[in-house]
Amino acid sequence: MKAYKKKVLVQNTITYALVIASYLLIQALIAGDLINSLLKGLLVPLCIYVILAVSLNLTVGILGELSLGHAGFMCVGAFAGAFFNQMMEPSLPSDQLRFLIALFVGAAVAAAFGILIGIPVLRLKGDYLAIVTLAFGEIIKNVINVLYVGVDSRGIHLSFKDVASLGLEESGRVIIKGAQGITGTPKTATFTIGIILVLITLFIVLNMIHSRTGRAIMAIRDNRIAAESVGIDITKYKLMAFSVSAALAGVAGVLYAHNLATLAATPKNFGYNMSITILVFVVMGGIGSIRGSIIAAVVLTLLPEMLRGLNDYRMLIYAVVLIVMMLLTSSPRAIEMRERFFAFRKTGKKGA
Amino acid sequence: MAMLEVKNISISFGGLKAVDDFNITIEKGQLYGLIGPNGAGKTTIFNLLTGVYKPDCGRILLDGQDITGHKTAAINRAGIARTFQNIRLFKDLSVLDNVKVGLHNHYRYSTLAGIFRLPSYRKAEKDMDERAMELLKVFDLDREFAYKASNLPYGKQRKLEIARAMATDPKLLLLDEPAAGMNPNETAELMNTIRFVRDHFDMTILLIEHDMKLVSGICERLTVLNFGHMLAEGPTGEVLNDPQVIAAYLGE
Repeated sequence: MKAYKKKVLVQNTITYALVIASYLLIQALIAGDLINSLLKGLLVPLCIYVILAVSLNLTVGILGELSLGHAGFMCVGAFAGAFFNQMMEPSLPSDQLRFLIALFVGAAVAAAFGILIGIPVLRLKGDYLAIVTLAFGEIIKNVINVLYVGVDSRGIHLSFKDVASLGLEESGRVIIKGAQGITGTPKTATFTIGIILVLITLFIVLNMIHSRTGRAIMAIRDNRIAAESVGIDITKYKLMAFSVSAALAGVAGVLYAHNLATLAATPKNFGYNMSITILVFVVMGGIGSIRGSIIAAVVLTLLPEMLRGLNDYRMLIYAVVLIVMMLLTSSPRAIEMRERFFAFRKTGKKGA
Repeated sequence: MAMLEVKNISISFGGLKAVDDFNITIEKGQLYGLIGPNGAGKTTIFNLLTGVYKPDCGRILLDGQDITGHKTAAINRAGIARTFQNIRLFKDLSVLDNVKVGLHNHYRYSTLAGIFRLPSYRKAEKDMDERAMELLKVFDLDREFAYKASNLPYGKQRKLEIARAMATDPKLLLLDEPAAGMNPNETAELMNTIRFVRDHFDMTILLIEHDMKLVSGICERLTVLNFGHMLAEGPTGEVLNDPQVIAAYLGE
């Protein structure tokens, strides 16, 4: 029993240690001026991608439902956080404090959307759920694209038409300007804050998985009918996993919003392409493997940047890699060869 | 008062009356068998009792409490646990965790307590581990507690399903063909386990089974079902000698 528990503890510690070690390594490289500015600019986005991948793994790997709307929750969090930041600017002069509270606001608003969308969507299964979450992600992005929000002494004003129809007082400020989004959010996000948020995300997700709640969620994934038969409230735990996943995506969104001068909902940052990119991190890292998600997110973000010189051949290489991977994992001949190789290695070790 | 009282339940799917005017009364501590040819509606009755289907008419009383039409999870909390004809374990969870999921509603702490590892989490998890290991020991699964459930041999998977059901601390245990796919040795062992569960936990058990050796060996009363209708009901010895039952199910 003790050894069994220790195994979980060791596995989790390795994951935390990996993150902290890479942080220290990068800080050392920065101190030694061994890192180019391109890579430096990638550090915060890397943290964002890691948070997104880990949080999506909660839905895809632990709950076992394919969600393609993760970028939508990130979008909600980003706009809620940035909006809060700008709205509170006159009353809360400290950028850091506003950013800190904005993180909570972004998480809370994204979680609320997670519950709201989760209630109808989680009745569906498999492909249907994937398609509907994809649609919700797109709807969120497109609604924000035509949303105008302003603040004046009378409160918050909303419009889906234009700035003039907000009917603001002279002293009023327009914060969300439709397709132009939010401009002028202070660039408060740093790599250190990003890593702290990554660690907090890991803490929440890993501890949740290894608790009563996580067991209930995984029981639903493994066999819904059996989970129901031992008295587990299916809707409650599905919603719990989905909304925690959304809240963490919201945190990633707030981090994103505070890393850019201009925040606009474009297909590139909050579209379905983004959702699929995050899903690729989760699948490549191994569905259900939190550490795998982190590694895949980092490698798949860095590689294209490192190999910029080969840009023209990217799709060619991608196709070749995909075919080779498929052959290696599913062709009977390849599986046989792989098994023989591992068997050889095992016996080889014994001999030595 | 009877532990389970089912009064005149019926259900039809489309034009087919799968269960027609079914009645059963099981006293506390009884080992009751439900037998009948394939397609007679035995598993449908289990699904009605556990709220997977809602009966078209009739009432189900558990220990005097009306549970007709309640949801599956609520019925489990009221006190009915079951196993499945085709094993349904949480296959990627460990043997220990399978049982701990069964303990879910008996050792509570909030999700936040779980995330922040508060004292309530530590206490409940410790108690859960102890209780789960106790149960696993009863079913001779304690040495395999760290195995993935899907890696257990078939007979042990069946036992784990019973252990998980028992973890929910039920008043009534429903076993759906517990001996299916077992060899005679495993069946004999299973009979002992079922008897032990009844005596050790003072459990009321209703089981579906085709293995007549098991049925005649452990069941005290039987109900025979044929095409959704009740064919016979009574003490095991009488029912198995009923000419109607022999004609419909057992054969000459």
